[in-house]
Amino acid sequence: MLNLGDIMETINMIQNENLDIRTITMGISLLDCCDSDIDASCQKVYEKILRKAGNLVTVGEDISKLYGIPIINKRVSVTPIAMLVAASGGDPVKYAKTLDRAGKEIGVNFIGGYSALVHKGFSAGDLELIRSIPQALSETDQVCSSVNVGTTKAGINMDAVALMGQVITDAAKYTADRNCIGPAKLVVFCNAPEDNPFMAGAFHGVGESDCVINVGVSGPGVVRAALSKYPDADLNRIADIIKKTAFKITRMGQLVGTEASKRLNVPFGIVDLSLAPTPAVGDSVAHILEEMGLEMCGTHGTTAALALLNDAVKKGGVMASSNVGGLSGAFIPVSEDAGMIAAARAGVLNIEKLEAMTSVCSVGLDMIVVPGDTKPEVLSAIIADEAAIGMVNTKTTAVRIIPAIGKDIGDTLEFGGLLGSGPVMRLNKNESPAKFIARGGRIPAPLQSLKN
Amino acid sequence: MRAIISVIGKDTFGILSKVSSVCFENRANVVDVNQSILQDMFVMVMMLDISDKDCKFSSLKGDLEALGAQLGMQINIMHEDIFNSMHRI
Repeated sequence: MLNLGDIMETINMIQNENLDIRTITMGISLLDCCDSDIDASCQKVYEKILRKAGNLVTVGEDISKLYGIPIINKRVSVTPIAMLVAASGGDPVKYAKTLDRAGKEIGVNFIGGYSALVHKGFSAGDLELIRSIPQALSETDQVCSSVNVGTTKAGINMDAVALMGQVITDAAKYTADRNCIGPAKLVVFCNAPEDNPFMAGAFHGVGESDCVINVGVSGPGVVRAALSKYPDADLNRIADIIKKTAFKITRMGQLVGTEASKRLNVPFGIVDLSLAPTPAVGDSVAHILEEMGLEMCGTHGTTAALALLNDAVKKGGVMASSNVGGLSGAFIPVSEDAGMIAAARAGVLNIEKLEAMTSVCSVGLDMIVVPGDTKPEVLSAIIADEAAIGMVNTKTTAVRIIPAIGKDIGDTLEFGGLLGSGPVMRLNKNESPAKFIARGGRIPAPLQSLKN
Repeated sequence: MRAIISVIGKDTFGILSKVSSVCFENRANVVDVNQSILQDMFVMVMMLDISDKDCKFSSLKGDLEALGAQLGMQINIMHEDIFNSMHRI
């Protein structure tokens, strides 16, 4: 029989330390739905999503009951819609509404892939889709959007970067009456992964198979609780404890993913090893860093502690799963993490420190609320900085930033639910990057040797 | 197929008997029981065989949760695989 201590450890992780499967995301290719008539194309999209993902929610709930592990979200990601717009022409918002309708019909909570990949340039459909993002996000509830503006191999498309500053501003304005929810569903990537199960940046890459199941696990609370038992351990030991804990968490993701793939008769894609926090007490990445010995997240030493955490999570997780992918690292979404919210509110965690943190962890400037009167070129410059970190370091970086219309430093924007609430953070206001952004063109791809 | 029941809480009369009855009513066969005091709490872990064709997992789970609420104890049932995958390489 299983060891009593092991059984109690698992139960304790789930009941008291917020261990859960954050998401089962079904990736669906829509390439076979392309049609020169946009209405016919939308109809095919709707039918394919219902055909493939009709049972996704029921299967997720059944697995959750059987293993006694909460599965918080069931989601769908699709082929970047700009590719369908390229074939069909017409108003891209029609696709957004189709995705929204399909998502609601099958009962998922988000559907990602209202996306365009423009890291080297715009092709047919890309500009139309990007320009329609603010309207699409304001007229739908579940649709998530992402735009890839740079890669290590191609450099950064600065025309796209300039455009995205305006798109984010408009998305916030269009949804100003709903806590500016628009930009919270929009991610600007550098080196976007094609198999990411996490929203808002999930899309189904063209190199993927027709339909796959990807799983994202969570568990910052479990890691923090494990570390709290060793208050005086040195950092070698800390790294070791994180690795062991990440292994256990990931094994659970692997089990759930394999089972879901079997029941849905869809190939199993990847487990994403990210530690995804929630605003709930005891589910915070910032609190892990604080458990390591930082008085508050954001103080000096935060980047080093995060680098250790991120690397140890990957080392532990890689052995636990047959396929690892997606974003795989510690997320640092400010509004979704109780410890980050507290640190930002205290003024200890600022945007410059967050930017430094993103150079050693997955993702990037995530769920950051800035003053509502922030100029589009400033948002573009923030995107450019973040994309440069990703491009040079051969890693994924992203920006999900929310201008809080009508709010300023000291105010808080409340989203509720998993998106949490974010204090408005300070930016450099007086010195403008406008001329740099207006130049447009492309930042060339970096040299891959002479690395220092 | 096997499942594991865990019962955690303050010790009272007849816990084993009541949990076993629920298992019997749902056609689940108890194959092993382990009882101890862990961190000042009564802890019982039962391994069940739930392969019988008349054993419905969701009804067993519902009945156990209801019993837990009635006894003021925390009763969980989970498929064995989750423990195996987490703690065995």
